[in-house]
Amino acid sequence: MGLLACNLTTTILGFERAGWLAGINITGGAARPHTMNIVVCVKYVPDATADRQFESDNTVDRVGVDGLLSELDEYAVEQALQIKEKAGEGEHTVTALCVGPEKAVDAARKALQMGADAAVHVVDDAIAGSDAVATSLVLAKAIEKIGSPDLIVCGMASTDASMSVVPAMLAERLNLPQVTLASVVEAQGDQVRIKRDNEGSTEVIGATLPIVLSVTDQTGEARYPSFKGIMAAKKKPLETLSLADLGVEADQVGLSVAWSQVEDTTARPPRTAGEIVTDEDGSGAVALADFLASKKFI
Amino acid sequence: MSEVLVVIDHADGVVKKPTFELLTIARRLGEPSAVFFGAAAQADAVAEKVKAYGAEKVYVIDDAELKGYLVAPKAEAMQQLAEKSSPAAILFPSTFEGKEVAARLAIKIESGLITDAVDVQAGPVTTQSVFAGSYTVTAKVTKGTPIITVKPNSAAPEEAAGAAAVEAFTPTITDGAKTAQIIASQPRQSTGRPELTEAAIVVSGGRGTGGNFEPIEKFADSLGAAVGASRAAVDSGWMPHAFQVGQTGKTVSPQLYVANGISGAIQHRAGMQTSKTIVAVNKDNEAPIFELVDFGVVGDLHTVLPAATEEITKRKG
Repeated sequence: MGLLACNLTTTILGFERAGWLAGINITGGAARPHTMNIVVCVKYVPDATADRQFESDNTVDRVGVDGLLSELDEYAVEQALQIKEKAGEGEHTVTALCVGPEKAVDAARKALQMGADAAVHVVDDAIAGSDAVATSLVLAKAIEKIGSPDLIVCGMASTDASMSVVPAMLAERLNLPQVTLASVVEAQGDQVRIKRDNEGSTEVIGATLPIVLSVTDQTGEARYPSFKGIMAAKKKPLETLSLADLGVEADQVGLSVAWSQVEDTTARPPRTAGEIVTDEDGSGAVALADFLASKKFI
Repeated sequence: MSEVLVVIDHADGVVKKPTFELLTIARRLGEPSAVFFGAAAQADAVAEKVKAYGAEKVYVIDDAELKGYLVAPKAEAMQQLAEKSSPAAILFPSTFEGKEVAARLAIKIESGLITDAVDVQAGPVTTQSVFAGSYTVTAKVTKGTPIITVKPNSAAPEEAAGAAAVEAFTPTITDGAKTAQIIASQPRQSTGRPELTEAAIVVSGGRGTGGNFEPIEKFADSLGAAVGASRAAVDSGWMPHAFQVGQTGKTVSPQLYVANGISGAIQHRAGMQTSKTIVAVNKDNEAPIFELVDFGVVGDLHTVLPAATEEITKRKG
């Protein structure tokens, strides 16, 4: 470990001088597992570019607004696929896991089209209105059902609730290390190294599989499904599970037992149209300074 | 009155402003007890700081054994501290680490969690800003001890004398929690400007800078502002990711936000829409950012900003 740490330190500091998006290298790591079982969690969310709204019970409207695979989870699918592709020989599988209403199966399908090998969709009327706590319970039970995964990959946040807490909750429930908010991911054998931006520093984090990993949009563009991928996805296994299949009771999830409750939702009043001036021969700068002075910023 | 645990946000013993905001909020809910994860040698200096904002107690958890690992050990420590002190609520700063410790803690002590509150009142009732700032939501924790992470700039820090009695707390950390290791860490170079998330004024640049951030930085300095960037500017390699404002970067809520050469995509708006006053400079008069602004200049930032910087410097005399 000492030598490994030393190598990485040198490498990362060297790369820092070369640029922020440079990779990290792993030197070492135990023998590669013959099979790598990767689960990627994907969420179906209302399209962020549409007018998102709430239902009368203060839950997110997931039916009236067009939905899709959360953009931030596409990066998770991409990294799961890249880790599989780089893992070399062996029976490696990427399983996309989605919890949500009927339509949410679209998110699982998109992951299959991108290249995931199989998908699991947990759908049950009782799940509606679940908070992050209950969602993490359903995900954890589904992951146990899928089998003992070596790696669970999540996006950095959902684009609807954007809490960023499900990976940590999942790690807590599965009693696994969490390695979160990666901007660069390298896996070799049973070792994973990531680079990430923390509040005041850039860090390299290391852990031994199995782990829960979350990745940011900095990990790199997610691939588009190819025509071949779209056709192939139709033949891939897509399993639908209910709460009963997972051994989760209906009264453990859903809106009525959520550990936090929304009391009220209010649409933010639209901003009143501001004053727009067109710059002509420096008039814009003077007008800008006048405005800032009127608001006491200077 | 019950204790309210407030986890101190600090950088190597230097207490950050959001801590004082958290202590101010905690006083609405009970008696604030600050929790310091850090070097025991810095505890007295930290206690002195939080004392001025009403901390009655300061729990000191020496982090020599914890700091080489990610959040799991801190979550175990907080669980044990919560069991000992039976707090009315537990407040964390809404940093990534704060949110992750809070998330693990919520599962451990079977308590509800609310993240990214922009206001907390007695109850506790929280206010959050959701859907890229287009909705305001009030919520309550209904199970266990309310765990709330609070965004910077959510309260004006109000001074109040506390006892700040220092109490060492030594948690038992399992080996299972020490599994994700920090192998290397490189502190970011200080720019000498305010912290992006805490700043009263933020000046950002986007694609329209063409990679030249000098006009942005000089204008920011004339106002004593922090500098931010859009995702387009970060993806182009012009600014480090740490400066990114938006959905996958920092969320800011300053008194004044100045967007320069930024079109205003929903992902960017998610990071700045709750700013009190919004100003934009953009060549394109159709840019969606102009829908949000209190004041906008249609013009080239490369000429408007240097001239404005000069004008401001002149007026400030």
